Amino acid sequence: MGASSGPRLSGIQKQVLSLYREFLRVARLKSGEDRCQIESIVSAEFHRNSNKIDRKNFIYIEYLLRRGKKQLEQLKSRDIVGLSTLNVGSSQPKKT
Amino acid sequence: MASGLIRRAISGPKVAPAARLVATRLHASETETQKAEPKASESKNMRKFQIYRWNPDQPSEKPKLEDYEINLKDCGPMVLDALIKIKNEIDPTLTFRRSCREGICGSCAMNIDGCNGLACLTKIPASATDTMITPLPHMYVVKDLVVDMTNFYNQYKSIEPWLKRKSPSPNPGKEIPQSKKDRAKLDGMYECILCACCSTSCPSYWWNPESYLGPAALLHANRWIVDSRDEYTNERLEAINDEFKLYRCHTILNCARACPKGLNPGKQIQNIKGLQSRGGV
Repeated sequence: MGASSGPRLSGIQKQVLSLYREFLRVARLKSGEDRCQIESIVSAEFHRNSNKIDRKNFIYIEYLLRRGKKQLEQLKSRDIVGLSTLNVGSSQPKKT
Repeated sequence: MASGLIRRAISGPKVAPAARLVATRLHASETETQKAEPKASESKNMRKFQIYRWNPDQPSEKPKLEDYEINLKDCGPMVLDALIKIKNEIDPTLTFRRSCREGICGSCAMNIDGCNGLACLTKIPASATDTMITPLPHMYVVKDLVVDMTNFYNQYKSIEPWLKRKSPSPNPGKEIPQSKKDRAKLDGMYECILCACCSTSCPSYWWNPESYLGPAALLHANRWIVDSRDEYTNERLEAINDEFKLYRCHTILNCARACPKGLNPGKQIQNIKGLQSRGGV
């Protein structure tokens, strides 16, 4: 979509964006209110990490990509209706 | 040192009946050894463990080897005992999988001094050099010694490791009988505990972890192909008749060397290849 007009993206950036898009696509399968919540949590998580993480820290970004893919797989299941987060001290575990 | 401790315990204030005396002595020696630790002759029993550390919660830190020194005198004989001791006494943040501590669950598979094995079945090496412990090679690390086994389990799932029948069972509601000879064919395969030591020691699996099924999954594929009760033998053979799934095995046989249960996955893979070249059973 924005690939032609925007800056040229690296492979890992493309992977992150496609993961983000996948999450939004999966959110569409869920019912109204849950969908909104999934979208807000996912976008908050991606934005938070995009600001926080050093762009050269590939080990960590790849780790997050794998973790995200796993959570995405879980979210695809019909039995999973929503997504919620939990704040425990400084760490932020994400629950699917 | 040990005799001194015993003497002290016996001459201690509590003079109890014989059964009690044993109990007090054990207790006393435990606490005393810890106190006496920095004294002489200890350095000989001290062993350094270099353990791979990486914590995703601290993204700015790079993976590193961390040194831990423990006294082998008050530690069990196995590498897992040492790991548990380190976790209990030195660094509670050290993360590793373990469960049965007797080589039947396959949780504590890791790379010890360059060889894959179960920590609970591997003795702490007798040589006085440092022992290096790293996660299973070529696997994604989740934290410290814990690796992501998703791909490995999915490959196991892909070979459909369950009994499949075309005809109804000869006596419904009961088990399907099998001759002793047919049962003996499963020896050397049913023992596999899916610890992933073999697959992660295989160079072929390192280069093609997505497409090559790996020794563990193929061993289980053969287990169901050979099973006399299973009626989908030819379908199973057909399903893995693939340049990548099966034929990435070049009989390097690292799998047989690594297997902590003493199995030979390479031989089982050879059996599948033989059956395929003969066009089924």
